[in-house]
Amino acid sequence: MITENLVGEIYLVCGALLFVLGVHALVVRPHLLVKVLAVNIMGSGVFMVLLTAASGPDLIDPVPHALVITGIVVAVCASAVALALMLKVRAATGQARLPSEAPED
Amino acid sequence: MEPGGFLLVIILMTSLVPGLVIFFLREQQFALRTFFNLGGAGLKLALIISLLVGVYRDGKTYSFTLNLLPGIDLVLAADALSLLFATLSAVLWLVTTIYAIGYLEHSPKRSRFFGFFSLCVSATVGIAFSGNLVTMLIFYEILTLATWPLVVHRGTPDSFRAGRIYLAYTLIGGAVLLAAVVWLTVLAGSQDFTAGGYLRDLYPEHEWALPLLFVMFVVGFGVKAALLPLHSWLPRAMVAPAPVSALLHAVAVVKAGAFGIVRVMNDVYGIQLAADMGMTLPLMGLAILTVLYGSVRALFTQDLKRRLAFSTVSQVSYIIIGVALAGPVGAVGGLVHLVHQGVMKITLFFCAGNFAETLGIHRIEEMRGVGRRMPWTMAAFTLGGLGMIGAPPMAGFITKWYLGMGALEVGQGWVIGVLLVSSLLNAAYFLPPILAGWFGRPQHHWSQDRFRDGLLETHWMLLLPTLAVAAMALGMGLLASLSISPLYWVTFIVEFEYGYEHIWRAVFEEVDP
Amino acid sequence: MPIAGLTGGLSWAALIVIVPLVGALLTGLWPRAGGWVALVVALLTLGTTLGGALHVWWQGPEIHALGGWEAPLGIALVLDGLAAFMLLLTSVVGLFVTLYALGYVGRQERSGRFWVLWLWLWAAMNALYLSGDVFNLYVTLELVVLASVALVALASGGPALVASMRYLLLSLLGSLAYLMGVALLYGAYGALDLITLAEQVTPGHLLMMVAALMTVGLMAKTALFPLHGWLAPGHGSAPAAASPILSALVVKVSFYLMLRLWLTLFPDLATPALGVLMGGLGGAAVIWGGIMAMAADRLKPFVAYSTVAQVGYLALFFPFMLAVPGGWRAVVFFAAAHACAKATVFMAAGTLQRAAGHDRMSELADVMRGRPISSFAMGIAGAGLVGLPFTGGFIAKWLLVETAIAGDVWPWAVVVVVGGLLAGAYVFRLLGPAFLAGRGSPGRPIAGIMEWSTLGMALVSIALGFAGAASLQLLDATVTGPGGL
Repeated sequence: MITENLVGEIYLVCGALLFVLGVHALVVRPHLLVKVLAVNIMGSGVFMVLLTAASGPDLIDPVPHALVITGIVVAVCASAVALALMLKVRAATGQARLPSEAPED
Repeated sequence: MEPGGFLLVIILMTSLVPGLVIFFLREQQFALRTFFNLGGAGLKLALIISLLVGVYRDGKTYSFTLNLLPGIDLVLAADALSLLFATLSAVLWLVTTIYAIGYLEHSPKRSRFFGFFSLCVSATVGIAFSGNLVTMLIFYEILTLATWPLVVHRGTPDSFRAGRIYLAYTLIGGAVLLAAVVWLTVLAGSQDFTAGGYLRDLYPEHEWALPLLFVMFVVGFGVKAALLPLHSWLPRAMVAPAPVSALLHAVAVVKAGAFGIVRVMNDVYGIQLAADMGMTLPLMGLAILTVLYGSVRALFTQDLKRRLAFSTVSQVSYIIIGVALAGPVGAVGGLVHLVHQGVMKITLFFCAGNFAETLGIHRIEEMRGVGRRMPWTMAAFTLGGLGMIGAPPMAGFITKWYLGMGALEVGQGWVIGVLLVSSLLNAAYFLPPILAGWFGRPQHHWSQDRFRDGLLETHWMLLLPTLAVAAMALGMGLLASLSISPLYWVTFIVEFEYGYEHIWRAVFEEVDP
Repeated sequence: MPIAGLTGGLSWAALIVIVPLVGALLTGLWPRAGGWVALVVALLTLGTTLGGALHVWWQGPEIHALGGWEAPLGIALVLDGLAAFMLLLTSVVGLFVTLYALGYVGRQERSGRFWVLWLWLWAAMNALYLSGDVFNLYVTLELVVLASVALVALASGGPALVASMRYLLLSLLGSLAYLMGVALLYGAYGALDLITLAEQVTPGHLLMMVAALMTVGLMAKTALFPLHGWLAPGHGSAPAAASPILSALVVKVSFYLMLRLWLTLFPDLATPALGVLMGGLGGAAVIWGGIMAMAADRLKPFVAYSTVAQVGYLALFFPFMLAVPGGWRAVVFFAAAHACAKATVFMAAGTLQRAAGHDRMSELADVMRGRPISSFAMGIAGAGLVGLPFTGGFIAKWLLVETAIAGDVWPWAVVVVVGGLLAGAYVFRLLGPAFLAGRGSPGRPIAGIMEWSTLGMALVSIALGFAGAASLQLLDATVTGPGGL
């Protein structure tokens, strides 16, 4: 069960909010760096939701913490790849953003 | 699976394997390619003859089963009807191969041509030996795939247009057929072809599904059989080389469609059920319309090959009429036309190819006086044309006689009138080229004149197959009463199919005093 | 206890992951030997997956607790029918792609990178198929994404980099949506293990939200219409040796995950309306991809749009899951048929592109005639895409139509049949130029193994046409929802 205490509720709402903010920025903002940051913010939102699962009324569950740590490692790797790719895109096209026209579809 | 079943697989392989090998031969490897072509064709014929001996003399049954999906098998089986079609294919393949080697001498891309040619024959023989609808569908689709490269073989914009139309028709027909076969399999399971059909028990329960399926089958097979609204790919496919036209019209494609309709009528639904569903009369009406329409179009076409193509549209529907008459005698007429039309039409196409290759003749009016320059070919053309008209003693006469008798037998005497009109139309479009060929004044010069100084009037590999098939067309009519004739054979099939004992005596004695 | 797990537990499941992983490390250490290491790895992986599949075939699903730690604390590898089938598919396609790549990247300076990334991707895919818990699935999914993005980016040049960036961002979005679903699941049920979860989940708003998050995220990765925009530029601009991997295998990974989740966690959520919605999206993909393929003027985008169309059929598992018990197996078999055919087409396309120096479809006729082996392979694969016999595509089409009719959801049969015709139209548009009159020219020199491996791949898709019954039987040994295992 998701915890009933207030802190847990706040974490849950904030997590969801961060996730949505991240999605918004990822879709709307053109600059690649902002997009990469947006992905990280989404990740933070997910981690906050995970943390609410850790705090129970009786005891503290260690598994979500392990998940968050693993998640952070994955997020760091993904960010590194994304940033490296961003630099290559900038070197190749002269700008760190995706071409404004949608892919031909 | 009987041990003899592998014989059927080997028969398929005798054209499949040479076909695949030929693909990878270089263009210059003429001798090797010819060896594989003729070797495969000869071996196939020999094996089919041994199969015939096994079935008729020793009473063996041959079948081969391979499980594809749970409950669905690939079944090859040799019954009398499949042997008829397989023998026709094997004989005509051998002849056409010889002809094609002569015809395509020095032309480019022969390895590709003969590769697909062999695949095409494998598919046809596969259709002949199909033991159930799924197997037939598989080979039917392969046939589409294998003939398209032959239609576009010349690589000209014209042939591409023809190829596109051919594909559009046949792929859509194949899709309809796939849907129909799957649906029927869901309803009735995948059952082997059974004389008299296997759907009778389902009829009252699925009284709208089964007729709808029947229509889908007729559409699916009718595309290749060039039934009326679905016929227009056939005249366009005439841009292909003459051996391809011969193959499309006499052996493979058109016949596959007609054979499929025969199978569905006889061995899936059963004539009785088809008649009970009220499906035979509309089918016959459609076939009659096709007969008349094809003849009229042929009459107004001046291009020789196109005229032959419209004639095919018309003639193949005789087979459908015969089966749709739903009586044993009519069925004899229809089935025997499967063979007769094949042999006669291949004769005519070989002749047209000879004229085109030797003298550059493509249109009817250019044929004036060609009989003096090429008497042998012209004689073969005359035999084929007279056969198509249905003049005695040619093979075509036998067909029409049985169709007429069959119509009387089931009380549809008006069909005789249709046959009569159709014969008149046939005469109207075949007699003028024949008369012009023999008695017309020769043109000053033909657009080309090859093989003038040779011993024969044209290349021997073109002439001999032509004469051979013309002789067959004559022989099938003259010797119809012999026990090796297609007529005898078809009578045997129909007796088995209908459980009749006495068609032979009842009708045949009136034909042949 | 852990000791026993270490010694006794080196099972097929573990080997299937370890072999490519070790290979990836080795190629990283000795880039020059990359090709040979990859070849050995490909053969060994084929052997181990065959062993695993036979194990499932004879003895049923196997659950391997890593290090002897049982669920819920430990991470389990689950080798069942579905996993074994996908693994086998991956290793067969992988073997031929490896052979192809031996010729393709052989002499290039940076070839070492390709081998590392490919083997890494292979290990990640294998690990994903074997993962039995939702978080481990997330990690492996992320590994698959990173490796495949890097593979696209190996093709230098602006378009490829932009395409891989787009692919990466969309994939990360999908992964995080999936992870959010995992977080909610753990919050609600306190478990990550699929089998444990399957016993505990109760239909409700929370589960619906989880299903929506995970499904949409995975749809984006599978490039299911309307989230397909990234696929054509991505697969189209990747190196020729990477395109077949991406189109044949990587797309199937997220499809597999979606299928697995719906079979185990969400079967109670599947409603007819959802079936119509998802199937409708699939149908739209079939039509749209087909039209775009008809309009494409370059070879590789053409093939990529064909993937967009064919991915549409995968969505049919939603309506089929409801209509017929085991109806999803038809879709999985289709995925395999498509993988073999699409890998062949991409391999042949890469060969033709390299031989001609470009991939403008209108100008490829000469090279197509001059390279009969590649063209022939492409023809077989094209027949597979259309669903003509004797290819796996025919059996797949048959199964799809049969499932739709037997389950009384025949509109999907119409979609499949019409989609087949559309495929016929674009495949013959592709093959037509090979038959134009004129002499062929082989173009620039090509390593022979590239052409022969393509032909081999095409023959596999014919062999698949005869493996229908066996495949379905293997898929029967799949661990599904409550009560399964």
